[in-house]
Amino acid sequence: MIAFAIRRILVGIVMLLAMVLVVFILFFAAGNPARDVCGKFCTPEKLKQVTQVYGYDQPISEQFGLFMKGLVVGRDYPVDDKYREALAKSNPDLVIHCPAPCLGYSQHDALTVNQDIVKYAPVTLSLSIYSFVLWIFFGVLIGVLAAVFKGRALDRITVGITLVVYALPTFFIGTFLLQFVAIKWRLVPYPSYVSIADGGVIGWFSSLFLPALTLALFYMAAYVRITRAFVLESLTEDYIRTARAKGLRTRVVLFKHGLRAALTPLLSMAGLDFAALLAGAVITESVFNYQGLGLLAVTANKNSDLPVLIGLVIVAGAAVILANIIVDILYAYVDPRVRLR
Amino acid sequence: MPDISRPFLSVENLTVNFPTPDGIVHATESLSYTLERGKTLGIVGESGSGKSVSSSAILGLHRYSNAIVSGQIWLDGTDLLQISDNDMRLKRGKEVAMIFQDPLSALHPYYRVGDQIAEAYRAHNTVTKKAARARTIEMLARVGIPQPDRRVDDYPHQFSGGMRQRVMIAMALINDPTLLIADEPTTALDVTVQAQILDLLQDLQREFNTALIMITHDLGVIAEVADDVLVMYAGRAVEYGSARALLTKPSMPYTWGLIQSVPDVTGPVDRPLRPIPGSPPSLVQPPAGCAFFGRCAFSSLVPGDRCAHELPELLPIEAGHLKRCHLEDVSVMYAESVEADRVDTATVEAGAH
Ligand SMILES: Nc1ncnc2c1ncn2[C@@H]1O[C@H](COP(=O)(O)OP(=O)(O)OP(=O)(O)O)[C@@H](O)[C@H]1O
Ligand SMILES: [Mg+2]
Repeated sequence: MIAFAIRRILVGIVMLLAMVLVVFILFFAAGNPARDVCGKFCTPEKLKQVTQVYGYDQPISEQFGLFMKGLVVGRDYPVDDKYREALAKSNPDLVIHCPAPCLGYSQHDALTVNQDIVKYAPVTLSLSIYSFVLWIFFGVLIGVLAAVFKGRALDRITVGITLVVYALPTFFIGTFLLQFVAIKWRLVPYPSYVSIADGGVIGWFSSLFLPALTLALFYMAAYVRITRAFVLESLTEDYIRTARAKGLRTRVVLFKHGLRAALTPLLSMAGLDFAALLAGAVITESVFNYQGLGLLAVTANKNSDLPVLIGLVIVAGAAVILANIIVDILYAYVDPRVRLR
Repeated sequence: MPDISRPFLSVENLTVNFPTPDGIVHATESLSYTLERGKTLGIVGESGSGKSVSSSAILGLHRYSNAIVSGQIWLDGTDLLQISDNDMRLKRGKEVAMIFQDPLSALHPYYRVGDQIAEAYRAHNTVTKKAARARTIEMLARVGIPQPDRRVDDYPHQFSGGMRQRVMIAMALINDPTLLIADEPTTALDVTVQAQILDLLQDLQREFNTALIMITHDLGVIAEVADDVLVMYAGRAVEYGSARALLTKPSMPYTWGLIQSVPDVTGPVDRPLRPIPGSPPSLVQPPAGCAFFGRCAFSSLVPGDRCAHELPELLPIEAGHLKRCHLEDVSVMYAESVEADRVDTATVEAGAH
């Protein structure tokens, strides 16, 4: 089991390295990032200077090496050694130390990419976890109920609703909830993010309700359908008949024996969807104007802030890889047949 | 008050239909049989003849949503088809237990076998987890699983086929049921293990005076364990009687065919098997006449096309021996076979020269 976990983590690290390399090459192939830093009124001399100061004149292999070094041990900005040492004497405030794992430095925001991400991450994380819990809990519960009442009114209505929700774009759901539930009907206060530090758990909880719901609905619809299908399938299994033949209560047969088998495939899907959700909160954040990673990405894109974009892509990729590892390990934990391999 | 005049188990006109998009599947049609405690009824028939479906009905395992069950199933004076779902649940696994075909799929892959067995015990007894576990280990030892205190924590896939079947038996017997249904408990096991399992079942039956229904394809198993035999074909009983009478003097061609298709180890080695040609009819649109018509070698001996148009009734030919067949004189059946044997032997000998 432990050997399995270690092997899985090592593979994950290799995948991560490969991903960083690809991302790095792709973005730097796009052109000289110094041009964007230099700004609108860029003279050739200034461009040359900026290029040199930030190390963009060095070969890409060199730059990648520096970037990896930053990831592992941290690094200092500006990149050019001579310039930085001179700057350290004349104006030490302008020398920035970026500790490991350093994802880069955004001239535009005058922050390291890590600082940028840490600043915007809480909203996205809160939103993702919140909607994850909503969607898993209600998605699975409703899915099981639909399976149990298969073919009856409850099942048909549920399946109908999920079809509709599934077809609606997230921005439509978000706009609808915002315009009607919050603004027109005033069922909830106008949503704006409140951190736990500011508003306590309840404040945080209620401030996130609408956006989390928006984000969750699509997945919830999908999970109702998936759970329903998995449970229906598992209910035809022989071991369900055995469970009934033992004289167990219907509830036990359903939730202990039926759902248990359906949960395993659900788990692996949920892990991956959660990682995708982290990356996909962009639309919801922009509908509700929440300061999350999605907004950071949109802004960075608008400003051609390459270091931030690279950092975000790497973080998103790392999240997916991490989720994969967790899912694999959990899977081995829940399925005894996998565990022993 | 238990009804004393009725046998311990009395299945009367049991009918199980499955409405499907293709039509109604008549999986069991007015089936009747009886069984006393301590006795064994063997149910034989080809695949799809309704053996499992009719037996599952005794445990109330068919769902209202996809099956229509009618008739009466009297167990110890109670009609199981009349009692409430909850009363039926309380009997399942306690008074009536079933060992299922294919133990690998019948056990839950994600739970330890010990927990699965203990669950059956705890469903009917208010005991601590520890007591249930002790009882489980005792039961595993009883069915001949070595190192039961360690194997109790293993998962089904860690057991061999024979051991898994023992686990199923332990699970079924943990509440000392008065009626045990064993659905092909030895199919897919090798001969030695098969013999061990049958011995085990018979020992336990003797110990608890259990009524046993043994479902099988294998007439050898029947010969070994059954007191009575019910032969099923296309959802109906076609012959029913004592094992001795039925195996030595089969009274209709289907039973005769089953016996003929069994390898005879004591006879001449070269005797070819004579499997019954063709396959059973559709259960959705059963033929108007005898279901075996078309595969039966003797229907031409019945005057006036009766086999094709008229469903034979299940009628007694002597006390306690019933058959569903228009053929009156079965001696032709035996004669035919002696003739065939002679031809077969001649062919084999001719080939040898
Ligand atoms: N839920 C169901 N819906 C429709 N048809 C069914 C259902 N369950 C069983 N049947 C049909 O009923 C018939 C009898 O099945 P059953 O399982 O009793 O056969 P069997 O005699 O036990 O055969 P085997 O020896 O292969 O186990 C089969 O044709 C089967 O397809
Ligand atoms: Mg069967």
